[in-house]
Amino acid sequence: MQVAITVNGQTYERDVEPRLLLVHFLREVLDLTGTKVGCDTSQCGSCTVHLDGVALKSCTMLAVQADGREVTTIEGLAQNGELHPMQESFWEHHGLQCGFCTPGMIMASTAFLQQNAEPTEAEIRHNLEGNICRCTGYQNIVRAVQAAANGGDG
Amino acid sequence: MTASPSTRIFGSGIRRREDPRLITGNARYTDDIKLPGTLHMVIVRSPVAHARIRSIDTSAAEAAPGVVAVYTGEDCSCGSVPCAWLIPDSNLLTPEHPALAKDRVRYVGDGVAIVLAEDRAQAQDAADRIHVDYEELPAVINPEEAAAAGAPQLHDDVPNNIAFTWIPNGDKDAVDAAFDAADVVVSERIVQQRLQPTAMEPRSALAQWNGATEELTLWYTTQNPHIHRLLISGMTGVAEHKVRVIAPEVGGGFGSKIPVYADEALTAWAAMQTGRPVKWTETRSENYVTTIHGRDHIEYVELAVNNDGKVAGIRGKVYAGLGAYLSTAGPGIPTILHGLMYSGAYTFPQIYCESIGVFTNTTPVDAYRGAGRPEATFLIERLMDKAAQAIQMDPVELRRINLIPPFIDGHDVAIGLTYDSGNYEAALDQALGMVNYDTFRSQQAKARDEGRYFGIGVTTYSEICGLGPSQVAGAVGFQGGLWESAIIRVSPSGKVQALIGTSPHGQGEETTFAQLIANELGFPVEDIEIVSGDTNRTPMGFGTYGSRTTPVTGAALVKAARKLREKGRLMAAHLLEASAEDIEYDDGKFFVRGAPDNAKTIQDVTLMTTLAWDLPEGMDPGFEESQFYDPPNFVYPFGTHIAIVEVDVESGEVKLLRYVAVDDCGPQINPTIVAGQIHGGIVQGIGQALCEGTIYDDEGQLLTGSMLDYAMPRADMFPWLELGHTETPSPHHPVGVKGVGETGTIASTPTVYNAVIDALAPLGVEQIDMPLSASRVWRAIQASNGG
Repeated sequence: MQVAITVNGQTYERDVEPRLLLVHFLREVLDLTGTKVGCDTSQCGSCTVHLDGVALKSCTMLAVQADGREVTTIEGLAQNGELHPMQESFWEHHGLQCGFCTPGMIMASTAFLQQNAEPTEAEIRHNLEGNICRCTGYQNIVRAVQAAANGGDG
Repeated sequence: MTASPSTRIFGSGIRRREDPRLITGNARYTDDIKLPGTLHMVIVRSPVAHARIRSIDTSAAEAAPGVVAVYTGEDCSCGSVPCAWLIPDSNLLTPEHPALAKDRVRYVGDGVAIVLAEDRAQAQDAADRIHVDYEELPAVINPEEAAAAGAPQLHDDVPNNIAFTWIPNGDKDAVDAAFDAADVVVSERIVQQRLQPTAMEPRSALAQWNGATEELTLWYTTQNPHIHRLLISGMTGVAEHKVRVIAPEVGGGFGSKIPVYADEALTAWAAMQTGRPVKWTETRSENYVTTIHGRDHIEYVELAVNNDGKVAGIRGKVYAGLGAYLSTAGPGIPTILHGLMYSGAYTFPQIYCESIGVFTNTTPVDAYRGAGRPEATFLIERLMDKAAQAIQMDPVELRRINLIPPFIDGHDVAIGLTYDSGNYEAALDQALGMVNYDTFRSQQAKARDEGRYFGIGVTTYSEICGLGPSQVAGAVGFQGGLWESAIIRVSPSGKVQALIGTSPHGQGEETTFAQLIANELGFPVEDIEIVSGDTNRTPMGFGTYGSRTTPVTGAALVKAARKLREKGRLMAAHLLEASAEDIEYDDGKFFVRGAPDNAKTIQDVTLMTTLAWDLPEGMDPGFEESQFYDPPNFVYPFGTHIAIVEVDVESGEVKLLRYVAVDDCGPQINPTIVAGQIHGGIVQGIGQALCEGTIYDDEGQLLTGSMLDYAMPRADMFPWLELGHTETPSPHHPVGVKGVGETGTIASTPTVYNAVIDALAPLGVEQIDMPLSASRVWRAIQASNGG
C-alpha cells in the first residue's frame, strides 16, 4: 500500500506491506534506528514516538494507519543543532545508563510535560509506568523530568 | 599554577561522555547495523519442555517466499555449546548441548531448526510452516524434585539429574559440634525464585563471512567480546585470530550477555554456509525462553546462635536449578560465588555449605546481577533476623555483636577468604542515623496499636567482587584468566586513546576511565577517548561482569598511565637539561623543583618523544604504554541498607516508604555514576523481593513469557532512594577503588523482605515465599493467627 508519512518534518512516500508496524517502518524502511524495540507486547515503551504531537508506542500502530500524519522520533527532537531541554536534562542528571530505553523515555516525557507542565513527583512516576528501564532504578529519570519541568534547574 | 578543571576531576560527578549519542538516537546497537545483502535468521524453537523429535518436515518452509535455506540439527555442523566453569572436586558432569537439538528437546525454547530468508517477516512466516513431530516426555521443573528418585531424567549420562555436588573445604564435624553446643538454632527453607534478567535490549547478532580471507566478523550483544571470540572460534572452527567480535552499543546485560549461546554461533555458522551476511535478533518473548535466567535455588539453611548474641555457625544445603543444560558460567554461580559468601560481614566461626546442581526442563540458569552473592546475603540476613527474634534481641544489636571489627589491610574469614578492608559499623551507624532507628521503633509500636503495620529491615553486607586473581580463577575451575589489559596511546597532538579489554555497556567507563587518566597524566578529559568492544582494536580482556571493570581494568589503566608519567619525567629532564631526580610532576606539567614557571607540559613530552629527534639515552620513541594487570585479591565493598515499609493487612499490599543505602566502594571516581549504579541495583533487588518471579507450569510452559506477565519494577513503586557513603580504600588497588555494580542488588532484596516480615511479626507471619505480591502477603496473613 502507498503511504505518505511525515517524519521529523520530511514527507516519505513509500509502498509498504499492510502488516508493517510503524516502528518497523521507521527502523527498517527509513533507517531511523533511534526508536527501539524492547518487547513485543507494548509494555516497555522503548518505541515511543510522537504522532501529531502525542506520545505513542509505535509498535501499537500499523504504518498504514500513520498515512498522512506527522511523526517525530528521537532523531527529530533536537532543533538546529540544539538539544531539546529534555535531552539536556537526561544528560545533566544522569537519567540513562545503557541508553536503550532512553529515546522512549525522552519522547514520553516531552509529550507528558506538554500536557502537565508542573507535575508532582508522583505524577511523573505514574506517567512513566508505561516505560521500563532496567538500569537506572528510575530515580534520575524522575529527576531529569522534574528538572526539565522547572526549566532546567533540578 | 591554576589547575585545569577538566584534569583534576577524580571524585567529580561530571556528566557522561557517552550520552550525546544515546540521547539523540545516534547510538548504534547491533540490530541497528545493516549490511547490504543480509539474510535474516529465525530460530524454530521447541514449544514443549521435554520430548523426542520423531521427525521434522521443512518442505513447506523451503518453498516459502524469500527463503534461502533451512537447517535442522541433522544438517547443522555448528559445534556444541560449551560450559566454561568446570568446578573441581564436585563430580561435575557436562552433557552435550547441541547448537540445534538433534533427537530430543529439553526445554521450551530449545532450538530445532533455523530459517534464512531475505527479510525478517519472510523468515518468520516460513518458520511457522515447519512441522515438528514431538513425542512428549514427562518434564520436571523444581530442582529439589528433579534430584529425587523417580524424577524424569533429562540426560542419559546424568543420573538423578545431578550435575555436581559441591562442598567447599570445611570441617563438617566441627560445624555440627558448634550447632549442637549453641543455645538456639534457627532454620529456614528459602526459595530463591527464578528471575528473568530482562536487559532492555534483546540479544542480537550480525555475522559477515569473507570466504576468501576466511575472516568472520560478528557484531554481537556481548559483555565479553574476547571470551566470545574464543568460544565462537571453537564452535565455528574459524581460527581465533580470524574472528573479529564487535560489541557495538550494548543495551544492558546484568549477566545475561556473558554466556555463549547457540543462537549467535548459529548466526555465524549460517553466514559461513550461505556466503551472505546473516542477522538474528530475538524478540522479547524469545528472550524470556532462551536468554539465561537467574537464581532458582531451594535452600535449607540454619544459623546457630548463643543467647549473648554471638553466632556460633552457619550451614546450608542448596538445590540449584541449572536449567536443561550447563550455561557458560552456570556451575560457578551457586557454588564459588555463593558458598564463599557465607560469612557476609560477620565473624561467623563455623561455616558449612553444600550446593547440588540439578538439571530441570527449563531455560538454562547463569549469572544474573550479583550472581550467587545476593542469594547468600539473603539467607544470612534472613537468618540473622530470625535469630534475633529467637533470642529476643534487637536485630541491629545482633548484627553489631557479630560484625567484623574495622580492618584496613586484610581479614581472614572462616570460609577461607581474606577480605581486603572494611569498616562495617561506621556504615551501619550512618544508615541508622539517617532513618533515626530508635525513634522508628517507638513509632512502629504506636502505629501497631492503631492497626497500622510498619516494618523495618536492616542489612549489613559485605560482598566479593572485582573478579579476580587468575590463580584463584584456575583453582576454582574458571576456564579463563581474570586479568585485564590496557593500552594508553597518545598521538603527536596530545590526544589520547585508551584501549581496554573489558567492554562496558551502560556503566559509564568512557567517562570514569577518562577521569582516571586525566587524574594521572593531566590530559584534559575532553582529549581522552576510551576504546572498547572490538577484538581487532583492543587488547585481551575477560569482560564486564562481577563488578570488575573499574577494579581490574581501572588498575591496568592507572599503572599504564604511571609508566607514561615516568617516561614523561625522564623526557622532561632531558628537555630541561636537568637531572631526572630533580623533576617534579603536577597536573600535566614537569618542572625542576622550585621552578614551576619553566615547565614542560605532558603535551610537550608527548610530541618530543613521538618525534624522537633527540631522546635521552636508552629511551624508546613514542608515547604509548601497555599494562597487564592481574589483581592480587578480590575487592570487598560493603555497607548497610535499611528499608521502611507499611503493609496494608486488608489487601496485603506492601508500600515502600523509605529506602536508605550507605555503601562503601572506596574512593568514588564519579559519584554521580556510582549513585546511578546503586539506584539501579537497589531497584533490581527490590524487584525480586516484591514483584519479579518466573513461573512455569508443571509441564514446563513458561507462564511469565512476556512483559505482560513478568512483573518488572516500574517507576511508581519506589520512594526517593536516600544514599549515604563511607570511604574505605582497598589496600591492594592503585587508587583504592572497589566495584559497585552489584551492591544494590545484593543488599536490597533481604532488606525489603525483612522489613515486610518485621511489619507482620505481630500477626505471627514468619515466612512468605518471594515475590511478596499483595496476594501472597494477604494469603500469609489469612493463614496466620492474625487472619
